[in-house]
Amino acid sequence: MILDFFKYDFILFALAASLLGSITAGIIGTYVVTRRMVFITGGITHASFGGLGLGFFFGINPLIGAAVFGLISGLSVEYLSRFHKIREDSVIAMMWSFGMALGIIFISLAPGYAPNLMSYLFGNILSVSYSDILIMGILMTLVLALFIPFFRLIQYLTFDEEFARTSRVPVSLFKYLLAGLVALTAVVYIRVAGIILVLSLLTIPQNTALLFSNNLKKIMWLSIGFGFLGSLLGLIISYAGNIPSGASIIFSLVLLYLLCSAGKALYFARKKQINLSKPV
Amino acid sequence: MNLVELKSVTFGYRNEPIIDQINLVIRDGDFIGMIGPNGGGKSTIIRIIMGLLEPWSGEVIIPKGTNIGYLPQTHNFDNRFPISVLEVVLSGLLKVHGITTRVSSKDKVRAMEVLAKVGMSHLAKRSIGELSGGQMQRVFIGRAMISNPQLLILDEPVTYVDNRFEQELYYLLEMISRETAILLVSHDVGQIVSSVRTIACVNRQLHYHPSNQITEEILESYNCPIDLITHGHVPHRVLHTHLP
Repeated sequence: MILDFFKYDFILFALAASLLGSITAGIIGTYVVTRRMVFITGGITHASFGGLGLGFFFGINPLIGAAVFGLISGLSVEYLSRFHKIREDSVIAMMWSFGMALGIIFISLAPGYAPNLMSYLFGNILSVSYSDILIMGILMTLVLALFIPFFRLIQYLTFDEEFARTSRVPVSLFKYLLAGLVALTAVVYIRVAGIILVLSLLTIPQNTALLFSNNLKKIMWLSIGFGFLGSLLGLIISYAGNIPSGASIIFSLVLLYLLCSAGKALYFARKKQINLSKPV
Repeated sequence: MNLVELKSVTFGYRNEPIIDQINLVIRDGDFIGMIGPNGGGKSTIIRIIMGLLEPWSGEVIIPKGTNIGYLPQTHNFDNRFPISVLEVVLSGLLKVHGITTRVSSKDKVRAMEVLAKVGMSHLAKRSIGELSGGQMQRVFIGRAMISNPQLLILDEPVTYVDNRFEQELYYLLEMISRETAILLVSHDVGQIVSSVRTIACVNRQLHYHPSNQITEEILESYNCPIDLITHGHVPHRVLHTHLP
């Protein structure tokens, strides 16, 4: 049965998407989680639904529309965050719901029925095509090209932006580049996890990793590992139980998180007990 | 050699200037104590020097390549960010190494030396968020010192730290001041008057006094109301608060 599993192209594509996605989302998600921009990322993803609708309406690839909307919203939130007078979370909530509303308006105006709306909302890793894999590969290359040479700079500016600014390095440029990559990652992986679920790829493996390390590089590696493990497990569950893959992947990621945090709690409880039972 | 020069610099936050046509020169070998009341503009001057604020008018001249170590008055960071104490100190090298900053084993040795100086080497591997306020402050002082700067700017360094480290810090600064220019900001004269060579009094304007000549009359004549608090070994000159 396991061999059967690898027989189909769509399974191989799904595996490739899992691997590329784990690497890209592992790195970008670590940035998102440690810079506490999870809510912003949720806003960007949902705002991109407006672009998706626009794509349907004009009959172009909806993901291109989504990418444009995602980039615009990501960069403008980064820009607005410089002004402290703005209630950032409220602006994000507006952007979030406005994007969804626009999407619905365009889709209902579009001629005919939008065929696979569900797959954009919840994702389907089993429908990933060769060109999707190509796009995911390009995105991963971009992410690595930013994070490998500039890892420490990114770490320092995420930790203490103001101090980085006094070090005379182009902090704003890097913040915009990173915001752009966050937006593109969210949009590209709509294919896999859908608008509603994509946030989980960027947060759950990272929080599992954070249980084990305070070293940013290690957290990225662990996130990649947990992300890939969860995706594989999810794929198998999806295949075996005929369950939508987005849901089964997220179920597995959360399961891993719960197992790891329970394991960690047990380990520390035992350690404490051993220390207490030692003769003084 | 001039390390920093401010020429007739004015800056404010709304319509009202907080500092008004300030002139300041920091040279090699200087040890300046900057004092003045809260809201008088001390941190504003520092933030202008560090390039965090653009002055409304006037000139800021810092020769290219001047290395300034900086301890901000307040820290705006998420203390659950996953970063070790050692890594925080190493981030002080960013301005030397530039955007593709890497860390060599020599840098790590240097970081451990600096951590030993501020008494934090036993906590090098801890996450920054696990430390107390005073311990964090020591680590940030280490971050300001690691690059062997030509000028060290410390904005209220003894906030959060205990009395013993305060004494240690002033001793450490006296040692450093033999090779490095220092600008030490404090709202409390008593703490610094015994260590520094020059006092710069900031209250919208800036006036210099050699530290051995500072008296109540001088401070009063420049509208610089200060609580002069004395500690252990400082010569006892208690001044009352006076308003402009």
